[in-house]
Amino acid sequence: MAGYTENELAEDLNKQEYRYGFVSDIASEVVPAGLDENVIRWISEKKQEPEWLLDFRLKAFAIWQSMKEPEWAHVAYQKPDFQAISYYAAPKQRKKYESWDDVDPEMKETMTKLGISLEEQQRLTGVAVDFVMDSVSVGTSFKAKLAELGIVFCSFSEAVQEHPDLVKKYLGTVVPMTDNYYSALNSAVFSDGSFCYIPKGVRCPMELSTYFRINAGGTGQFERTLVVADEDSYVSYLEGCTAPQRDENQLHAAVVELVSLARAEIKYSTVQNWYPGDKEGKGGVFNFVTKRGLCETQSKISWTQVETGSAVTWKYPSCILKGDHSVGEFYSVAVTNNFQQADTGTKMIHLGKNTKSTIISKGISAGNSQNSYRGLVQIHAQAENARNFSQCDSLLMGSECGAHTFPYIECKNAGAQIEHEATTSKIGEDQLFYCQQRGISEEKAISLIVNGYCKEVLNQLPMEFAVEAQKLLSISLEGSVG
Amino acid sequence: MLEIKSLCASINGTEILKGLNLSIKAGEVHAIMGPNGTGKSTLASVLAGKEDYEVTSGEISFDGKNLLELSVEDRAREGVFLAFQYPVEIPGVSNVNFLKTAMNEIREHRGLPALSAKEFLTLVKEKSALVELDASLASRAVNEGFSGGEKKRNEIFQMAMLEPKLAILDETDSGLDIDALRTVAQGVNTLKTGQNATLVITHYQRLLEYIVPDFVHVLFDGRIVKTGGKELALELEDKGYDWVKA
Repeated sequence: MAGYTENELAEDLNKQEYRYGFVSDIASEVVPAGLDENVIRWISEKKQEPEWLLDFRLKAFAIWQSMKEPEWAHVAYQKPDFQAISYYAAPKQRKKYESWDDVDPEMKETMTKLGISLEEQQRLTGVAVDFVMDSVSVGTSFKAKLAELGIVFCSFSEAVQEHPDLVKKYLGTVVPMTDNYYSALNSAVFSDGSFCYIPKGVRCPMELSTYFRINAGGTGQFERTLVVADEDSYVSYLEGCTAPQRDENQLHAAVVELVSLARAEIKYSTVQNWYPGDKEGKGGVFNFVTKRGLCETQSKISWTQVETGSAVTWKYPSCILKGDHSVGEFYSVAVTNNFQQADTGTKMIHLGKNTKSTIISKGISAGNSQNSYRGLVQIHAQAENARNFSQCDSLLMGSECGAHTFPYIECKNAGAQIEHEATTSKIGEDQLFYCQQRGISEEKAISLIVNGYCKEVLNQLPMEFAVEAQKLLSISLEGSVG
Repeated sequence: MLEIKSLCASINGTEILKGLNLSIKAGEVHAIMGPNGTGKSTLASVLAGKEDYEVTSGEISFDGKNLLELSVEDRAREGVFLAFQYPVEIPGVSNVNFLKTAMNEIREHRGLPALSAKEFLTLVKEKSALVELDASLASRAVNEGFSGGEKKRNEIFQMAMLEPKLAILDETDSGLDIDALRTVAQGVNTLKTGQNATLVITHYQRLLEYIVPDFVHVLFDGRIVKTGGKELALELEDKGYDWVKA
């Protein structure tokens, strides 16, 4: 175990196959589009859930029905028709590619650039094989290795069956079902997700990673992630997201809850590359996600995200700094191109004494996109000596895009120290010309400049992820400087 | 190596170069002098291919190729190097990473394999010593927080790394103290071979005391109005530009 190196991990990751929990059942067992109590009971029964979880779902559903979809974000989109979505792994009913040749060459190219093999590409686009992937896939191939240390890392459904006490104890404690419209919806219908528990004093020796994919058309994806780091433990968790190209908008409404108990540390990294829609802004994923972590005494939660995908993003990974001396960090790169819209940022809620938070946000807008940073730094009265440092930079490419910053600061303790820095810049023609005069092509030059701009955030990512993120940045921005 | 014939170029509809002729052979050092606003920097930009400038007529051939048909990066890969008057800063991109990218693109264009990390670093060490560039600057972001002198040294360091056929030094002496000037000139002289050529653009004769030109051209109102040997620079210094205007 101790000798397990990063290289071995990379190798394992390469070899590992994603496991799609319900693949064999899916073709025959489809819940019709629409949402009512029966659908929820059906899902719960299908997953053989205990009574308390069904109650949890039904309660959430009742709350959701009484809520209204939020409109305060700086995004404009056609609201999803919740009765038109299938809430449990539907196969594709709409457009289906007849053969591999029908697949948009641009998409093939993108996938090749992402390093996805041809076989994988064909599976992703749903050609030939009627391979309907469920909304969730969890790679849990190191289970045996992890079990030696008492670490639990499995799909959420599995956790419900095998570790019901842990799930029951922590589910909904950080993001209550009443929190917002989408967290309520997720609590009612979530299909699967990941669960992770690190026991007291254990330092997880490898990065744990989950890959999410939306595959079937006409489905929404509602996964649930719960990570609990017990006292004095450490874990680094990676989340990757991709989705194939579809004309219709797909809804992704996930909830991620992190619990960092006394002196524990959770590092949560995301590379989000949901399908962003085509160049005219058609299709793409609506990414409405609630992510939040709770920090007990002297613990730390660090969020790092690289957001390049989705048609509309609405996401604020946050930290509740409840314990004294706890630390929250948020590092973000959000790229929008074409007609993408992103409203993303963080909330740092300082409750404990001597709590500290850092926010580094780098927005890049290109094409006709709109990119907003929205952040809240809240210092409560009892949070003596709290400190926050925020830096929000925006980079504009071209003249049709927009960058916006909405920083909210609420401070109820006079001893707090809050710093906010913000810059807006354009990729200079001069910078490009300088690079090109040294023999560097325009595309490479942009990639170089953008990666330099995002360096502080990319440095926070684990090695393999950072490389993937850099590639993604270049692909997302290709052809955006005219 | 470089053959410019009746070159006319304008920016935003204003004609700056009005029928410029210039011929540079391998192994030669040429200096272009002239008062402000006569088109010296325009010439450098046009040679490098900056988009803002429109070439309205004339020809530029470089090593037998039509330079005007090549993209900015292809000109660089063919061996045209411009040492900028005002080098830009690229935050977050280390000098080393920047140069490695540039070198490998150029090498690829020439059908050469990419340099290994070791070969590259050996080269960095050797060439940075040439212009007495502080080794720590190599790992810092491109030109970020560099002093004026450091930026100019960095330009010559890059030139040393990329080994161009034609190096154009655009007002490289501006903002340099006498010691830095000497170091920079020393670097340029060391890099001189029988196969490459240098085009020095300057206001003052001062730089030419250190980089001795084979030919001095006076640019005035978009044309070369006088050409001579290195003594022409001294004459200009003595008599001022009004002398050639007349």
